Amino acid sequence: MKISTKAVQIGVGTDQTGSVAVPVYQTATFRHPAFGHSTGYDYSRSGNPTRQTLEEGIAALDSGTRGFAYASGLAAVTNLLLLFKQGDHLVVTEDLYGGTFRLLDKVFAKLGLQADFVDTSDLAQITEAVKENTKAVFVETPTNPLLKVADIPAISRIAAAKGLLTIVDNTFMTPYIQRPLELGADIVVYSATKYISGHNDVVAGLVTVKDEALAEKVYFLQNSVGAVLGPQDSWLTIRGLKTLGIRLDRQMENTGAIACWLNTHPAVSRVYYPGLVDHPGHELQKKQAAGFGGMVSFEVASQAFAEMIINRVRLISFAESLGGVESLITFPAFQTHGDMDPAAREKMGINNKLLRLSVGIEDCDDLISDLTQAFEGWEDIR
Amino acid sequence: MKIGTRILHTGNEIDPETGAVSVPIHHASTFRQKKADEFGTYEYSRGGNPTRDALESIIANLEGGTTGFAFASGMAAISSVLMIFSPGDHLVVCEDVYGGTYRALTKLFSRFGVETTFADFTDPDKVKAALRPNTKAVFAETPSNPLLKITDLRAIAAIARENGLISIVDNTFMTPYLQRPMEFGFDVVIHSATKYLGGHSDILAGLVVAKDEHLAQRIKFIQNSFGAVLGPQDSWLVMRGIKTLKARMELHQKGARQVAEWLVKCPQVTEVFFPGLPGHPGKAIHDSQADGPGGMVTFRLESEELTKKFLSNIELAALAVSLGAVESIISYPVTMSHAGMHPDHRKRVGVTGDLVRFSVGLEDPEDLIADMSEALAKSR
Repeated sequence: MKISTKAVQIGVGTDQTGSVAVPVYQTATFRHPAFGHSTGYDYSRSGNPTRQTLEEGIAALDSGTRGFAYASGLAAVTNLLLLFKQGDHLVVTEDLYGGTFRLLDKVFAKLGLQADFVDTSDLAQITEAVKENTKAVFVETPTNPLLKVADIPAISRIAAAKGLLTIVDNTFMTPYIQRPLELGADIVVYSATKYISGHNDVVAGLVTVKDEALAEKVYFLQNSVGAVLGPQDSWLTIRGLKTLGIRLDRQMENTGAIACWLNTHPAVSRVYYPGLVDHPGHELQKKQAAGFGGMVSFEVASQAFAEMIINRVRLISFAESLGGVESLITFPAFQTHGDMDPAAREKMGINNKLLRLSVGIEDCDDLISDLTQAFEGWEDIR
Repeated sequence: MKIGTRILHTGNEIDPETGAVSVPIHHASTFRQKKADEFGTYEYSRGGNPTRDALESIIANLEGGTTGFAFASGMAAISSVLMIFSPGDHLVVCEDVYGGTYRALTKLFSRFGVETTFADFTDPDKVKAALRPNTKAVFAETPSNPLLKITDLRAIAAIARENGLISIVDNTFMTPYLQRPMEFGFDVVIHSATKYLGGHSDILAGLVVAKDEHLAQRIKFIQNSFGAVLGPQDSWLVMRGIKTLKARMELHQKGARQVAEWLVKCPQVTEVFFPGLPGHPGKAIHDSQADGPGGMVTFRLESEELTKKFLSNIELAALAVSLGAVESIISYPVTMSHAGMHPDHRKRVGVTGDLVRFSVGLEDPEDLIADMSEALAKSR
């Protein structure tokens, strides 16, 4: 079955009543039929039927053995980081989501988990960064916000040869476009707040795991730490997943058109989008993914000009987050990546002139008109 | 204003825009900002959500702290608080703490170098004796789960203050309606709001209140970075639950008293734990720090065999984990709430096979007693 079909069918035919939509099991606990017997559900932190439908759904989409749902994308990442212990070391993509960076740099560093941040689009940098105590490679591809592409099969091979886990943040792609477990990764993590739920109306995180023994460890942490996703939010995420295919098709179509528009605009100095043929990761992206996603980042001549665009856009909302049906524009240096050291940020290219666009499913002509009016008079302001 | 009024009127229960007397459920994950250099109160729901905010301010108000925080579960709340510590830090924790807290400390935080000593908190001297130079906090639970032992909150807060430690208390069994530990000097109060605060067995939620601004900043940082936050729908349901907290708690403890008094007279019952009973060892201290005994009753039956039969024969109360709901819940701590505890530790603290924990719901107590009476008769 194709991914979009699997996504639509999540939960269908599972309920006794025939209800096509899975019920929202708004319950904390489950009555045992008799002493020593369980229905399979005891306490919703350990397992809830609505959440489980979502967890099984994402596992099926990702070709994983098990899936796990969390209160947020960062709660999912935190759970994975808790697999490690004091003194362990990770090799991590340098321009990854600012929240993951903050978690590693400010919370887990203090707990004794070390991380080195490298350009994971360069395999040599990964190999060089591996140390005696390295336990995993944590990759985001395409990266946020610079959309650099990392070679998942090659990284997984390097990691496996050294006995390391490969963890991929697949938020920007979703299983509709890229399935890292099929490419050799061990664990996939999502901020399901983004494309997976897709409507800017849920905060959620998901994890899928390939190996059963590893899944058991992840489950232990999910239950012990208890950062689980509630039933209503699980249901909304399932609802979102059902339209994953059509949303992404439209988003990718719009993004391709907008990237071309930006690429030819004289006021834009640089466009980051893996769908452009001159993007360094273009060929690799074509090889390991079924599309280029719905994100495009671009650089303009000055911070003042970037601010002007933000203040002028009407249809596109100036807001954090991404992946929803509504288009959003973000100022990474001040929002998503505000917690990164300014010098390190600047060095990577996340500067005060960079804007990130999450393209929605509006009519593309309207989005381009909105950008056109926002760019008006650029010759004078630049 | 009295707490019975404050559970209904905390100042944020009216939607300022529409006048709606129930806070709207803001499902938005993100918030549109006005200008590039002008950000509104809300940016991203993990960092702050208006519905969650309303709940957080209510619990801060009720506990008398500066800031409240809502999490995806009680354990998410506890884990988030534990994440403020660092490798090499040492905690002194109540020995008969909730099994999930015990598991997080011994199986998870221990791997990040956070050390724990479990002590009998009914004796402040034992808490003092457990302190080390690297002790950073004390973690109490009173009445404790499941044996309803009483910790002297004033004495523990004093020990913490004298030694520069953070004092943390799990107030799940009492709720701020019956006990407000910050009044006795506690720094952090934690709730599994799944229990009495939510009160309907229909949500998982955790709440934390910090007394001072500095500590609140540390917890806020973890809440946002770790992201184990409570969703808007569940936040709204907790608020809905809190509105009837007074009415429910009054009935819970009235029912619990009746059940406890009946159990005491039952020949097959060898021991009854309920802070409202005259012979309860912690009663005087409990009465000095709480406004009622709460709705939990724990008891021992003659044998493990009888206990298991009794639990199979109970019909009205649900045999299930969890507590604090309108429905009565009966549970077997050894395999349920305290399954995460090492068997030796369980034995040492008295969580044995003959023990039953009863969360007395809002059913008519006479029906609950009749059901237990029948179950006991059938189990012989």
